[in-house]
Amino acid sequence: MSKPEPLKSPDTAIMAAPHATLLEIKNLTTYFRSSHGLVRAVDGVSFDLNRGKTLGIVGESGSGKTVLARSIMGLLPKAGLERDGSILFEGDELINLGPKSMRPYWGAQMAMIFQDPMTSLNPVMKIGNQISESIREHLDVTKQYAKELAEQLLISVRIPEAAQRLDEYPHQLSGGMRQRVCIAVALACGPKLLFADEPTTALDVTVQAQILDLMAIAQRERFMAMILITHDLGVVAGRTDEIVVMYAGRIVERAKTETLFSHMKMPYTEALLQSIPRVDQASHVRLATIPGRPPDLVNPPAGCKFAARCNYAQDRCLQEEPPLREASPGHEYRCWFPVDTPEGADALARNRERGTTASGLIFNPPTPALANKQKS
Amino acid sequence: MAGTGSAHLRPEVDSLLRVEDLVVTFSAGKRQLIQAVSGISFDILDGETVGLVGESGCGKSTTGRAIVQLPRPVSGKVTLGDQELTALRGEELRKIRPKIQMIFQDPISSLNPRRKIRDIVSEGLDIWEIGDKASRNQRVDEILNAVGIDPANGDRRPHEFSGGQCQRISIARAMITEPKLIICDEPVSALDVSVQAQIINLLQDMKQRYGLTLIFIAHDLAVVKNVSDRVVVMYLGKICEVGKPDTIYRQPAHPYSAALIAAIPVPDPKVKVSTENILGGEVPSPVSPPSGCRFRTRCPRATELCAEEEPQMREIATDQYVACHFPLSPGEVINFGAGV
Repeated sequence: MSKPEPLKSPDTAIMAAPHATLLEIKNLTTYFRSSHGLVRAVDGVSFDLNRGKTLGIVGESGSGKTVLARSIMGLLPKAGLERDGSILFEGDELINLGPKSMRPYWGAQMAMIFQDPMTSLNPVMKIGNQISESIREHLDVTKQYAKELAEQLLISVRIPEAAQRLDEYPHQLSGGMRQRVCIAVALACGPKLLFADEPTTALDVTVQAQILDLMAIAQRERFMAMILITHDLGVVAGRTDEIVVMYAGRIVERAKTETLFSHMKMPYTEALLQSIPRVDQASHVRLATIPGRPPDLVNPPAGCKFAARCNYAQDRCLQEEPPLREASPGHEYRCWFPVDTPEGADALARNRERGTTASGLIFNPPTPALANKQKS
Repeated sequence: MAGTGSAHLRPEVDSLLRVEDLVVTFSAGKRQLIQAVSGISFDILDGETVGLVGESGCGKSTTGRAIVQLPRPVSGKVTLGDQELTALRGEELRKIRPKIQMIFQDPISSLNPRRKIRDIVSEGLDIWEIGDKASRNQRVDEILNAVGIDPANGDRRPHEFSGGQCQRISIARAMITEPKLIICDEPVSALDVSVQAQIINLLQDMKQRYGLTLIFIAHDLAVVKNVSDRVVVMYLGKICEVGKPDTIYRQPAHPYSAALIAAIPVPDPKVKVSTENILGGEVPSPVSPPSGCRFRTRCPRATELCAEEEPQMREIATDQYVACHFPLSPGEVINFGAGV
């Protein structure tokens, strides 16, 4: 595969003055009215993102990570939706904007790549037209120029024989190639912020590595900010500057990537990391699991939302919800008995002694050998 | 790769299942044939877990299905115990079915949404008329308990359960006829990491408790390493490498195995993400596979020999077999240099 030249335009044309903070989310809530009651999918989330940086959002299914991304982009259906808080994008408030006012932002300022490349492309539209569609919408260019840009974009996402591909349909491409096309569509107008919602979950490991690398290169070339949403801590470990761990619609830990892995405070983060099978372990090592399921978002339990599944849980966890506390500048967590602290060690020792946690869970911490391995 | 040959097969007396020169083809229209599996051989000992790994389109799922004769292989032999499945027809083949069961990737779509889970699980017993109604009910309760589903919820339907619970029900359904062999086709790929660990542990428990033999098909190499006693790496319908998981992961001999292992994301930010060891390109079309070694179009080591002659399986170290003309020596790192 020949290495093509990096793409020159079209993003340079609309490159704004570099802002320190690109996106500022303050106390964002996103609720859905349902027949069962109010579903608190995102419940008071705050974070900032600077230009050119990558933020990872990690959590299980149902933790609210996808809803958070769609809520920021204003992509959620209006029926039954209750959204509050503040979304500042380059200083502009987006929370009250409807679809009409969001149009100039979609594609041009912020774009999204979805999990399933099979269904996120239009099956009856040629690939070239799918890419040039947003170019023609946002930039005042001729049809011919838009087509040339589309070809440049396909080359920049390393699709071989780009010129021929413009006239092909999505079903003629493999899954990995389709995801490359989705990236080209997202990059078409040079957005300042790219959301990638589980971009590689549907792909093979080899293709996953290719796609993640491609996104990293595109990001560097454009000085674009990126929000990478995934359930796999392995995917975000080497590829993000900062990580937000979500649970039951809230941020439970937020830190620089290195800090999160080396000094994690939240038992949930620890449990997530320990449940990943690792190739450097011998075969048949018993995996640590997180028992149970995430809580009901309609009637969330009092106290810490993770207490029912947590090895550290004490009586206090069941009554009082821990606030987001700072461990070091830029490192926040939500726990009364954090990992690797005297309080946490005491809590573990107490639960080990009585055999269950305060929530009645049978105490079953990961094997010491594994725990030591993680710390070393 | 290529992997014809059977140097890696163990003595016939020991094996529970033996697959020899299995070939499966599909029609691709216009009189074209796709050879999804082209002459692979492997064997499984009683109580062993064999992991089949490879990219999409390498024929791993087709191999799993061809073992249960769905679809029937075009040629080759599949032997379970002393019975040759490929020679059985009709009623005789049907009688074998309870002994081999399958678990599929998507737990929700593999359970009938209209039926109660108790009926789904007991169907095998009903078909084979094992025991009377009371003993069947008792058996269903036992097996539901064993997979961690409260039998009191037996009258619920699949949509009332989470993905992980549905996969537990699928396991219960597979276990109810007391099979010898379970073929797990990507059983955890659709699940969250936390639930994935629960299901893997459950499969290990069931294996120990009931003396099961498993074929574990997956594209996640870390998962395969965790569950397997023996790993078979496949590429484009052929076998590249066979061996113990700890050996293959420590010192892969086939360039393709090395590429797969290098692509695994490591949950540690200190491990530098290297773009150099990443395998470029995609699996070629199985309609017209490359001549000689099928991996040569993506392999930096390929020479003319690889295009002319198909490498045969050979033993490169103790219990490690590879089909490659230029295998990696222990500790050698291969640079694919393709990046994105």
